[in-house]
Amino acid sequence: MKHELLEKNATLLLIFSFLVVTIGGLVQIAPLFYLQNTIEKVEGMRPYTPLELAGRNVYVREGCYTCHSQMIRPFRDEVERYGHYSLAAESQYDHPFQWGSKRTGPDLARVGNRYSDDWHREHLANPRNVVPESVMPGYAYLYDNDVKLEGFGRHLKVNAMVGVPYSNEMIENAEADMKAQATGENTDGFMERYPKAQARDFDGNPARVTEMDAMVAYLQMLGTLVDFSTFKTELEPR
Amino acid sequence: MGSGSLVQMGLWVLLAIIAITMGAKAEDAPFAVHMFIFAGAAILALIFKARSFGKPAAETTGYLDGVVRWGAIITVFWGVVGFLVGLVIALQLAYPDLLTNIEWLNFGRLRPLHTSAVVFAFGGNALICTSFYVVQRTNRTRLALGNLAWFVFWGYQLFIVLAATGYLMGVTEGREYAEPEWHVDLWLTVVWVAYFLVFFGTLLQRKEPHIYVANWFYLSFIVTIAMLHIVNNLSIPVSFFGSKSYSVFSGVQDALTQWWYGHNAVGFFLTAGFLGMMYYFIPKRADRPVYSYRLSIVHFWSLIFLYIWAGPHHLHYTALPDWAQTLGMVFSIMLWMPSWGGMINGLMTLSGAWDKLRTDPVLRMMVISVAFYGMSTFEGPMMSIKAVNSLSHYTDWTIGHVHSGALGWVGMISMGCMYHLIPRLWGQKEVYSLRLVSWHVWLSTLGIVVYASAMWVSGIMQGLMWREYDDQGFLVYSFAETVAAMHPYYVIRAFGGALFLVGALIMVYNLYRTVWGRSPVTQNVGVISAAA
Amino acid sequence: METYTLMRHFADSWGLVAMFAFFVATAVFVFRPGSKRHYDEAARIPLKNGSED
Repeated sequence: MKHELLEKNATLLLIFSFLVVTIGGLVQIAPLFYLQNTIEKVEGMRPYTPLELAGRNVYVREGCYTCHSQMIRPFRDEVERYGHYSLAAESQYDHPFQWGSKRTGPDLARVGNRYSDDWHREHLANPRNVVPESVMPGYAYLYDNDVKLEGFGRHLKVNAMVGVPYSNEMIENAEADMKAQATGENTDGFMERYPKAQARDFDGNPARVTEMDAMVAYLQMLGTLVDFSTFKTELEPR
Repeated sequence: MGSGSLVQMGLWVLLAIIAITMGAKAEDAPFAVHMFIFAGAAILALIFKARSFGKPAAETTGYLDGVVRWGAIITVFWGVVGFLVGLVIALQLAYPDLLTNIEWLNFGRLRPLHTSAVVFAFGGNALICTSFYVVQRTNRTRLALGNLAWFVFWGYQLFIVLAATGYLMGVTEGREYAEPEWHVDLWLTVVWVAYFLVFFGTLLQRKEPHIYVANWFYLSFIVTIAMLHIVNNLSIPVSFFGSKSYSVFSGVQDALTQWWYGHNAVGFFLTAGFLGMMYYFIPKRADRPVYSYRLSIVHFWSLIFLYIWAGPHHLHYTALPDWAQTLGMVFSIMLWMPSWGGMINGLMTLSGAWDKLRTDPVLRMMVISVAFYGMSTFEGPMMSIKAVNSLSHYTDWTIGHVHSGALGWVGMISMGCMYHLIPRLWGQKEVYSLRLVSWHVWLSTLGIVVYASAMWVSGIMQGLMWREYDDQGFLVYSFAETVAAMHPYYVIRAFGGALFLVGALIMVYNLYRTVWGRSPVTQNVGVISAAA
Repeated sequence: METYTLMRHFADSWGLVAMFAFFVATAVFVFRPGSKRHYDEAARIPLKNGSED
């Protein structure tokens, strides 16, 4: 093969340079799609409830990932500060993943159940009222925005298409489940579909299902699903 | 000519009707806004086409430089916008009550606006503009495929407007530098294919037997970005009349795909493409051939070969399998070699002509940018070492690193090229004031140094504070205390950014005086030169 | 599981070796004696046009 050929033949140059970049990506990424053995077997993982998913969509929409990570590394200080290091299994239903790359604020992978709903609401609306050092923007408008209940089942349906194990029952009951979780009323069916989920009036306004309900519900479940009493730790924190 | 125009006009009418219909049936307000913007663009294209209908065809000999001229102006415009938004969000971190509680202007929405404005709007237009200029000059032929280059230009601006308005309205896929939603992604794909066709078509019809190396870098940038963009943005919309979609990949696969994309956005968008600029404009400006052409070829192949593997260094110590992290680290460290090979090649082009740095601030700007390239491509491999990364990751150190690359390398090579290009495109010998260029060079250099130093200090301090233990074995600092400690550095960083912005505003004035209100002094702009 | 192991091994063994071989071949070819004149010519392409371009 003459290199001169590449320099004088645009098509060959195109093909070769494309091959170089494709193969490099393929041999690195393709194996990960066969990685059953790197997603740990854990107990307790379930898909997001409709309300949590709506909250997660608000989290994505507001660009929370630009300041908060959801990925605890296996270091002593991180494990002590935030809790057990994050497992691949814990983000297996995350479309998209929200591991983040910057901690202007703290990691949120296990923020669930650490603070009260009151605290979260006040903190989201006026961060510096509860954490004077905070540089977070305020999100008081979440109180004003209603979550669009109608047709939310389609969100679950699309997630099911990309591999999240939502059953038909979950998809059909999405709107009812959302209402049940955000009010804490008529939760029997909901609790059956999403065991151990938390259902109550998250935003302090029982009349409406607002984005504040959704956001607080999402934050309160983050990192609480996996039952670590049944999980054998492989890595020792450094 | 006539029937072709009719087909085109029909196409625009069709597109406008589709967009209006989709806008009318839209399920969320941002999607409706986007469809109406889209319809407006289609109608403008239609009007433009209709006005030129039946008129004699425009000049089609010589280089197609109109699109390059527009590209140069828009590059400068988006640059200033991107820097300005950057300054605003830097101030928001220093003074968090600035523009808070306003849905459209919270940090989380402005930050993607800033990164996309700088990377895609400023950087992307600089790349499209200079690639169109360079590919014509080095191959001594006009851009291929008629007016398709104009479609690329305006189509790309439409992409930017859709992406930017989307961010403000909260339309995002939530992965860094790949934030635009599915409908905007589809549009960019169309534009990008057209861009590839124009560029590659021009290479095919060249009058020069050898393909100059700058074109290799541009070509590889275009092709690889297409691949990255398509794979990373695979997603399923909830509705064809709404803006929300869910990515096909999840969790760890999504993370690796994203950083395979993200790091090669750096490697191919912000590096390979801009190296194309370096390999044309530095020799041109210094009036000497590149130091070693052979080195440039090795540079090319090793760079594209190594870069594609480096993504996992963004995921050190995460739930990504260890072997992938290690592979990413090893390749990132190896990347140091081709990067510095390229830097040396750029700098040594001036050997024997170093005195030009004293008299030519434009060349000085380009050389400083290559020096920043060298600095950030040394820092990058260092930060990809897992031990270093365990400290630097999640901190401002990364932000400082990115900015020494983006402001120092990408920003200054682009603006240096604009100083060279714009006078020539408007038939002037030189820019209005070289003295002002000199001011710009020093202001921006100072700005970057201030910025990067502040971020080094704050980043390392932050990393150390997070892991500091007292004698009893307790963590010393709460997270909130580490945030408070960042304040002075955030103020200094904003000051550095402000210096850079002031430099850019001086450039705007200088280029404005270059282009408007002076009659051209050279007559043969855009004339294809004969074979030498 | 099987496929994963297989591909993972391919990724950091033969895949790597093949690409490295390609790179070395390129480098050797470029620096072979006798290529200098050809490349010197190519390097002058940007300077062929007048200085106003």
